[in-house]
Amino acid sequence: MKGIYTWSAILAIVFASVVGDVLLARAMKQVGDVGALRRLAGLGVVIARTLGNGNFILGVLAMAVAFFSLLFALSWGDVSLVAPAAASLTFIGNAVAAKIFLHERVDGRRWIAAGLVAAGVALLAG
Amino acid sequence: MNFRKYLVLAGVTVFAAAGDSMLSHGMKQTGSISVNHLQGVIFAILNPWVAAGILLLLAFFATYMTALSWADLTYVLPATSLGYVLLALVARFLLHEHVSPLRWFGIALITSGVGFIAGGPELTEHHKSPAADAAERVAADSREATGVQS
Repeated sequence: MKGIYTWSAILAIVFASVVGDVLLARAMKQVGDVGALRRLAGLGVVIARTLGNGNFILGVLAMAVAFFSLLFALSWGDVSLVAPAAASLTFIGNAVAAKIFLHERVDGRRWIAAGLVAAGVALLAG
Repeated sequence: MNFRKYLVLAGVTVFAAAGDSMLSHGMKQTGSISVNHLQGVIFAILNPWVAAGILLLLAFFATYMTALSWADLTYVLPATSLGYVLLALVARFLLHEHVSPLRWFGIALITSGVGFIAGGPELTEHHKSPAADAAERVAADSREATGVQS
């Protein structure tokens, strides 16, 4: 029974992190190249543009949900299961979500990279 | 990709790894925080390791956002996963902890994964928003005018 709670919390972490990462990535693409924008308009404008972006705010909220799900998961399961499982599945989830929602060209090279990193993280933190 | 951008990616990697380790080190000193003793949070923040960790994680967030402003999510995430490798190397050579063969294999997998994306383009070209387009045009113009290499 405890296993079901732990895995539900892990899936909640993965879902919230993927939603957060996709929203933050979309927000920063809308803000534009931060380096160029800073040289052009100054750091204040960059910060104001970022903080005023709706996707950015939603992305940070999703990250907060991911953080609290992590706290729940850690109270039910071992850190040696929760941390690598969540990190590893988030890499795969992000590759799928970036392709569907951000229309990034996730080619063979990037699938292999995401898979290798996910496997590596699972081994390293396990 | 220019030197500056590689520097930002290195920043994402190092700030995340260093911030997490300092936070974890500090939290072990302050002890566990329970819902009944929320004032423990204040003491935790006053711990220099925790405070330094939070500052580094803020720096991580700023560099991560900067990287996402000019590179794909599926490029930034694997590229900065070298932080896991960095943590394992710090554990082995600075803290003299034992790193099992399975973990060395994990390090090899992550490193080869990073090698795979490093050879490819960092950004999928889409039709850009007018604002980003304008920013890029003006930036390119000023680079041309000053002769600064991008």
